[in-house]
Amino acid sequence: MPKIIVDGQTLEVSQGENVLQACLNAGLDLPYFCWHPAMGSIGSCRQCALVQYQNEHDTHGRLIMGCMTAVTDGARFSMDTSNAVEFRKAVIESLMLNHPHDCPVCAEGGECHLQDMTVMVKHRDRRYTGKKNTHRNQYLGPLIHHEMNRCITCYRCERFYQNYAGGTDLGAQASRDRLYFGRQTDGVLESEFSGNLVEVCPTGVFTDKPFLADYSRKWDLQSAPSICGGCGVGCNIAPGERYGRLKRVHNRYNHEVNGYFICDRGRFGNAYVNSQKRLNYPGLQMPDGRFKAIDHQAALSRAAHWMKNKRVVGIGSPRASIESNYVLQTWLGAKQFCAGFSEREGALTCGIVEILQATRAINPSIKQMESADAVLVLGEDLTNSAPRVALALRQAVRNKSIAMAEQIGIPEWQDAAVRNLAQDALSPLIIVSSAATRLDDIASHVHTLAPNDIANFGDVLIEHLRGNISEDVDIINIADCLMTAKSPLIISGVSLLERGILDSAAGLAETLYDHNPHTMLSLCAPEANSIGAAMLSHTDNLSLAQITERASDIDVLVVLENDLTRRLDPTSMQQLIASGTTIIALDILENETLNHATLALPAASFAESQGTLINMEGRAQRFFPAFKPAHERQPSWQWLLHLAALDGHGELSKIIHFDEIVHACAQQHSPLARLTEVAPDHSFRRHGQKIPRQTPRYSGRTAMSADLSVHEPQQPKDLETPLAFSMEGVNQNQPAALKSFVWSPGWNSNQAIQKFQAETQKPSVGVSSGIRLLISSGKGIPHTSTDRTAFAQSNGWQLIPIQCLHGSEELSAYTDEIAELAGDPFVALTESCALELQVAAGDGVILSSNNVNLSLAVKIVARMAKNCIGFSAGYTQTLSLSAGSHVQLQRDPNWRPFKPLVIASDRRPNAQLRHNRHG
Amino acid sequence: MSQHLIQTDVKSTLSTAEIAAIDAEIAHLPYTSAAAIDALKIVQAARGWVSDECLIAIAKHLDMSVEQLEGIATFYNLIYRQPVGDKVILFCNSVSCWICDCDKVKERISDLLEIDYGETTTNNRYTLLPVPCLGACDRAPVMMVGDDLITHLDDEIIETLFGPNQQAQSD
Repeated sequence: MPKIIVDGQTLEVSQGENVLQACLNAGLDLPYFCWHPAMGSIGSCRQCALVQYQNEHDTHGRLIMGCMTAVTDGARFSMDTSNAVEFRKAVIESLMLNHPHDCPVCAEGGECHLQDMTVMVKHRDRRYTGKKNTHRNQYLGPLIHHEMNRCITCYRCERFYQNYAGGTDLGAQASRDRLYFGRQTDGVLESEFSGNLVEVCPTGVFTDKPFLADYSRKWDLQSAPSICGGCGVGCNIAPGERYGRLKRVHNRYNHEVNGYFICDRGRFGNAYVNSQKRLNYPGLQMPDGRFKAIDHQAALSRAAHWMKNKRVVGIGSPRASIESNYVLQTWLGAKQFCAGFSEREGALTCGIVEILQATRAINPSIKQMESADAVLVLGEDLTNSAPRVALALRQAVRNKSIAMAEQIGIPEWQDAAVRNLAQDALSPLIIVSSAATRLDDIASHVHTLAPNDIANFGDVLIEHLRGNISEDVDIINIADCLMTAKSPLIISGVSLLERGILDSAAGLAETLYDHNPHTMLSLCAPEANSIGAAMLSHTDNLSLAQITERASDIDVLVVLENDLTRRLDPTSMQQLIASGTTIIALDILENETLNHATLALPAASFAESQGTLINMEGRAQRFFPAFKPAHERQPSWQWLLHLAALDGHGELSKIIHFDEIVHACAQQHSPLARLTEVAPDHSFRRHGQKIPRQTPRYSGRTAMSADLSVHEPQQPKDLETPLAFSMEGVNQNQPAALKSFVWSPGWNSNQAIQKFQAETQKPSVGVSSGIRLLISSGKGIPHTSTDRTAFAQSNGWQLIPIQCLHGSEELSAYTDEIAELAGDPFVALTESCALELQVAAGDGVILSSNNVNLSLAVKIVARMAKNCIGFSAGYTQTLSLSAGSHVQLQRDPNWRPFKPLVIASDRRPNAQLRHNRHG
Repeated sequence: MSQHLIQTDVKSTLSTAEIAAIDAEIAHLPYTSAAAIDALKIVQAARGWVSDECLIAIAKHLDMSVEQLEGIATFYNLIYRQPVGDKVILFCNSVSCWICDCDKVKERISDLLEIDYGETTTNNRYTLLPVPCLGACDRAPVMMVGDDLITHLDDEIIETLFGPNQQAQSD
């Protein structure tokens, strides 16, 4: 390891890193702006200046930029010499010339990197008395607020937006002191990762718009470590609460999963927690169909009465925690339990688990995917189905440029140099899909095939790799890319609901493994706990079809956080309702299943409860409540424990605490044996104290509810977790799984995370990035080449589900901003198909078949498999459409959009008045 | 942005000659987007400036986003994103010209044409812009009027160029 000397102190540093990284890793406070641990250096802000000396006799030295200078053994630097100190101070002063004095009204204030750096260099007096530059701000959509006057021109926004996330509609304009970062004209930002601008911007140019409309300072937020429920990736997030409302969600660093970035669904899609559609009290359906609010005692005793000596069946949920699902299954028994998947999802998700438990290929973490130097995506539009994975692939295709740079000795962090050298040279990314995807712009090969043909394509590729040489030039090229790669990665998933694609992806990985043991195979699961629900499932379980068919034999049906209209076709749903079964439904928001329930129980959301979710790679991660559930809401596991106890279940009636469920579950399900290690249990203490959820300067704790009572309220107790609803406690050196917020003296912004990493961009100290529960036996998957019939032209168009970041996911769609961005449900057609039907974008078409007759908006897409059309998957209006079925299409002359456009930013102030009594 | 791109038809916005000239540039380059500056210059040469419609059409033709092209267009002072007069006066106010009292000359121009930096005469003949250097310091003070470099500026020269007689003559 090379050593460098900084102000007489010898630092052991890593080979190849830069001096700024080395100083930060050593715990030194060297200010910086434009450098970002995930995006490298460009040397644009000149803030991280040090003096470098030639040798021990050199007393004069010369100024260098820390981020642009590679460490060399024995190099001597000084941070503290007056030259360097004055220079850094002058840089801040020049940046502040045009920066407004608006910290008190700026949403960044209190977590602003510019504030931190200004204080760090001790710049105090403003000597400049002239006019400041002013800019016109832009409307950038419902998610991001733009305040250009605050810009310090570090270029981080453009570098993240264009270079890292592949967006094209935000960039630098003009030059010198007229420099401007924005779009060409006002308009909604197109990138699915635009929300990261809020955290990437070192000051308040880009801020969280919904948070701004319902604002609290960072130090006034109560936070807890949490996991995003938006998709199967399981990004780590930090939700922040005040006045009983979820105010905002920030990224929470997890080295293996999301690193420094999350998608817009994860950041903005969680405001459903504050929705008016939340249930506050248990509701008993009256004969007139209206619900009567009752208290939990009444609700429980009524439920107990119904269940006495009756057949009770439970339906679990792939979006509920392992613990809730476990309690329901244990209470009613495997034979009276259904995992809650639809038939097709269930088979596919269990398929993923089977494959990942047997494959010899590496099942990579999201971070590991970035190391792939050739990627084949089968049947997924990852940017919409597993967004964070797509962002990782955007980094993976850069491996070619990094390799080119390495050859001529340019380090990876020399970002501008590496990009300049590589121009548009990218590692191969092969996309085989039924419709256009949001990664097409970086793909080396794009193939458009119907779902069945994607599987066949995979099989031909497998045969080719096994020696049955294909004459197809594309197959030969793709096979070459995969065979010559050092770490090829095969990614697939269940978006198209086609089992063949999974098998063929698994087969490909197995075949490649024979040539290269570094082959990776990743399969995307649709929901936050799909894999967990599949791992808990038992062969004795009922299927949803069995339940609906014999619904009249069931006396009471307990539905856990599951809207069955999303799993069942409309006829089966009708059948279930008509059967007269008493339905007890637990859920967070009102939905169609709750509307048909006899008893609706209000469940706590992810932000008010705890649980474990297992992500697509089989990683179990724990989320913790940021605040206590209000009203009569309770975590689902608690409701279920009460119900089980009243039903006289021996084992469960002894369980009171969450940790006991975890232990019982780990004991009974051997694949989940390590569930207890996912996060420390409730008894964990640091220096004998709990870990605070509130920052040291949390204000108004005793005054917050003074409008209700002037008596100082006692802080809520938390008996279930090691965290406290308080600022008291020790927030030091706890495992990362228990880090509520990042803060370090002098580092108030999210950049403080580097204080908790052994090295920047490395795991947090006291690592706990979750526990891998899905471990492959490595015995391999024998590939049987199934003879699939090629897609046969039948009468009509085949329906292809199109995943949408905004709109396809159930809960996030209840957030105003997400609903606005989701827009109308649509049919996706190619230009030529639209011409044939004589429609254009924005017109309507009627889809008809035996059991559907639906009018939808037309959306034009760049490519679509022959004889196929896409439909917006997961929108409530399109739930009746079944992937793979055939429909007729005709122009709808009377088409009107479904709903008037929701302008979220207009609606919010009213919503705020209604909700926020402190507003 | 994408909506603009979809709606803009390159061929109805740019002339055949402009498209041909841009394509000729593209033929020399490894990436189409590398022709961005040349394309902007070609369109400006034909029209005097680059309008939003033209910018969008060029972006579409070069397979770039409008933001990326706007970044280039606005970076360069001599790509005009606003209409300019028939001739642009590029007036050097850098150090050599300043030593030679160019400020006085500029005052004279402003008086005669009734425009300041960044403004266009009401008859739309001239736009006055400052430039940092024209590379003719040995003949300072200097300026360019359209494509002509005019050196050793003094009141007399300014009078001949922009005086009431001159203006009346050409009106």
